[in-house]
Amino acid sequence: MSQDAPALVEIFWAFLLVGCTAFGGAMFWAQRMLVRRRRWLRPEEFADLLALCQFLPGPNIVNLATVLGEGYRGLPGAAAALAGLLLLPMLMVTAIAALYARFGALAPVHGVFSGVAASAAGLALALALHVARPVVRQRPATSVPVMAAAFVAVGLLRWPVAWTLLALAPLSIALVWRRTA
Amino acid sequence: MTAAGTLAELARVFAGVSLLGFGGINTVLPEIHREAVEAARWITDRQFADLYALSQAEPGPNSFIATLIGYQAAGVAGAVVSTMGICLPPAALAYLVARVWGRIRGSRWRAAIQAGLTPVVVGLITASALILIRAADHSAAAFAVTLGTVVLAYGTNVNPLWAFAVAGVLGLAGVF
Repeated sequence: MSQDAPALVEIFWAFLLVGCTAFGGAMFWAQRMLVRRRRWLRPEEFADLLALCQFLPGPNIVNLATVLGEGYRGLPGAAAALAGLLLLPMLMVTAIAALYARFGALAPVHGVFSGVAASAAGLALALALHVARPVVRQRPATSVPVMAAAFVAVGLLRWPVAWTLLALAPLSIALVWRRTA
Repeated sequence: MTAAGTLAELARVFAGVSLLGFGGINTVLPEIHREAVEAARWITDRQFADLYALSQAEPGPNSFIATLIGYQAAGVAGAVVSTMGICLPPAALAYLVARVWGRIRGSRWRAAIQAGLTPVVVGLITASALILIRAADHSAAAFAVTLGTVVLAYGTNVNPLWAFAVAGVLGLAGVF
């Protein structure tokens, strides 16, 4: 981390800006803010932080805010970063939710949602294809059966995600472990 | 169910899935669907597809689908409880792991866990796509919009929000 740790209010403010500009994934905006604008982190420090956040469950950007805030100012720093990140989007999203609850069933709104929901489903499939491609390329023999098993268990058989992860993750990790031995 | 009971259920559901969400919210969407649509019936299948679309089009982390579902189930209090539920357990874990990250970062088992989780997560993300397509596509036109978005978002660098805009205009015109 850089020499002088930013103050709590600076941490709060930086993540407030990240939170309310973060359309379509907050990580791009976090990188822009922390590395290119504030220069709190060098690019390689940001990459290492990202690796940590991707190793952990939960929203990457939430993990990033927590870890960075903790690094600068301990528990109050983590709380300031999280509060900054979540406060405005939560208010905005709650307002949007209220509008949806009020007007979502009106015919024109319903029509718009029919279209956007179909498009968002396509975006979800495109995401799946994007993340599948490198995995299939790198180690098809071990990854394809595991991917297929997870898809069938949860997508077709509708098993709980927790059981599926508990059953498949140890197996998949063991396959990787043996291959790298 | 009482209001307090619904809030407790929302906290249980979202805190529960939050620690399974390796690789992002789409990993646990099937579980959120099971709990919110099939078990608790807070929302319909159709609303699930709508709220997912909203969560993709608005600012902030994608996990705000929890906020949207929470609001449908229990108003403003539900929105707050659900947001905290999906965000705080992973934040607490990140807080703890950050302190030992220096020691585990380069270890072989850390790399094996990460590489091993990836194919499982990819399978789950693909399952999410199937569930969303089932919930959203009730006509040939809707299916065509889904396919068009896949081509745009996978095959080009165009911002996919453009696909949302076009699909929304088509919907307004009553195409679906």
